[in-house]
Amino acid sequence: MTDWEPKIVAFLCNWCSYGGADLAGVSRMQYPANIRVIRVPCSGRVNPKFILAAFRHGADGVWVSGCHPGDCHYIEGNLYARRKFTLLNNLLEHTGIEPGRLHFSWISSAEATKFAETAKQVVDAVKKAGPAQHFIKKQAEVA
Amino acid sequence: MRAYTEKIREAAKRLLSEDRVDVVIGFRKGTVALMNEPFLVKSLDQVDRLYWDGNCGINLANYLPKRPDRVAIVAKGCDSRNIVVHLLENQIKREQLYILGAPCHGMIDRRRILAALDGKEPLQVEEANGTIKLIGRDFEETLERSSCLQDNCAICIHRNPVVYDELLGDLVAEQENVDRYSDVRRVEAMSSEQRWQYFDDLIAPCIRCYACRNACPLCYCPTCFVDESRPQWVGKSIDRTDTRTFHFLRAYHVAGRCTDCGACERACPVGIKVRRFTKKLEKDIKELYGYEVGLSTDERPPLDTYRPGDPEPFFK
Repeated sequence: MTDWEPKIVAFLCNWCSYGGADLAGVSRMQYPANIRVIRVPCSGRVNPKFILAAFRHGADGVWVSGCHPGDCHYIEGNLYARRKFTLLNNLLEHTGIEPGRLHFSWISSAEATKFAETAKQVVDAVKKAGPAQHFIKKQAEVA
Repeated sequence: MRAYTEKIREAAKRLLSEDRVDVVIGFRKGTVALMNEPFLVKSLDQVDRLYWDGNCGINLANYLPKRPDRVAIVAKGCDSRNIVVHLLENQIKREQLYILGAPCHGMIDRRRILAALDGKEPLQVEEANGTIKLIGRDFEETLERSSCLQDNCAICIHRNPVVYDELLGDLVAEQENVDRYSDVRRVEAMSSEQRWQYFDDLIAPCIRCYACRNACPLCYCPTCFVDESRPQWVGKSIDRTDTRTFHFLRAYHVAGRCTDCGACERACPVGIKVRRFTKKLEKDIKELYGYEVGLSTDERPPLDTYRPGDPEPFFK
C-alpha cells in the first residue's frame, strides 16, 4: 500500500482556524489535500462523539483546531474544549489508539502559514501511524 | 451493621410520622442471600422491612434525580458524594433531602464469596467482628470480611459520608496509604497494541444489557446516546466496535463526575471490570486539575470550568 493516502477529518472553528484555512487558500499556500474540513461554530462545539464517529466511519486521523486561548469568539469555548480534549486524548491513548491520530491546535485567522504548516505536520503524523485499524465500524460479523 | 438497621428504622419512623419527608430510600433484604434491594418506604407499616448489612452496595443516589418530593436517603460515603454531584448538577435541592449518613466499612463483593464457596449456595449470611458467616443447606463457612470487599471499596478513601443530616453510627477511620491507581499504571506500561488488546479482552463478554448505565447515578440523560437513532452514534448489536464505542463513551460521559462507587461493576451480569475505563479519567482529573469528585458543593465540576493556565501538552 505504497500509494495509500490518509483521510483526515478536520473540525475547524468558524472564527479562527477556518479563517486561517481560507487565508492559506487565497494566499496560495501549499498543503496536503488529505484534509476534509468540517466547519463548526467553536472548538467547544466539537463533541467527543463527533471524533469517535469520524473514526468509526474510517477516518485515519482527526484534527480539531480553534482560536488561541483567550481569543475565543464565545470568550471561553476553547478553554472548556481544552479540558475536554485533554481527557479525551488521554483516554483514547490509554485504551489503545496510537499516538499521532488525534491532533489539536490553536490557529488564528491571520495565521495562514501556521495552518499550512500544521496541516503538513498532521498529515505526516497520520501517515506515520498508518491506516487506521481500530474503531472502524465494519459489516457485522455474523456467525 | 445490625445497629444501623435499628437506627435506620427508628429514623424512618420518626421522619415519616412527623411528616418531615414523603419517602425514605433505603434497602430491604433481597430474595436471595448477598443481594439486598433498594426499597422506597412511604408508609409507617413498611418501615420494619428496612435493612442494612454489607450487601447494600447499590448506589441509592440513583433514585434522586428530578424527584419532586421530600426524601430521606441512607447514604454511604460514595452515595453521599453522588448526592453532592446531583446537587451541583441541579438534579435535586438540598432542602428536599434528609441524609442519613452511614459510615461504611466497605461493601461485600458477592462474586468473591461465591467463588470462595466453589458452587455451594449460601442461604443465610451473618456479619460480625470482621468476618462473614455463610450458612447453606449442609455447610457453614466463615470468611475474612476484608478479603471479600468490592474492588472499589478496598481502595476507598472516603468511607464517611461527606454531607449528612444525621449519622447512623460513629465515623470510621479512613484508609490511608492506599494505592488507588495500580490498575491504571499497569495499563500505562503497555504498548498501544497491548492496550487495545487488553480492553478488547476486558469487554469481550459484554452483552450490551446497559446494566452498568442503569445502575449509575450519573446516567440520568432523558435520552442516552446509545438510544439515539438520528444520528446513531453507536450500533445496537454486540458488534465489537459498537461495544467498544459504548464502553468508551459511557466512561467519558462520567468524567469528572464518577465517584468510583462501583455500582456499574456490581451490576454487570458478566462481571466486566468497567471501572478500568473510568479510573484513568479519575487519575487524570486529579493529576491535571487537582479535583476530587463530590467533596464540596462550592467547586464546579472539572469539565464545567477552566483555568487560563490549564496544561495543554499536545496542542499545537
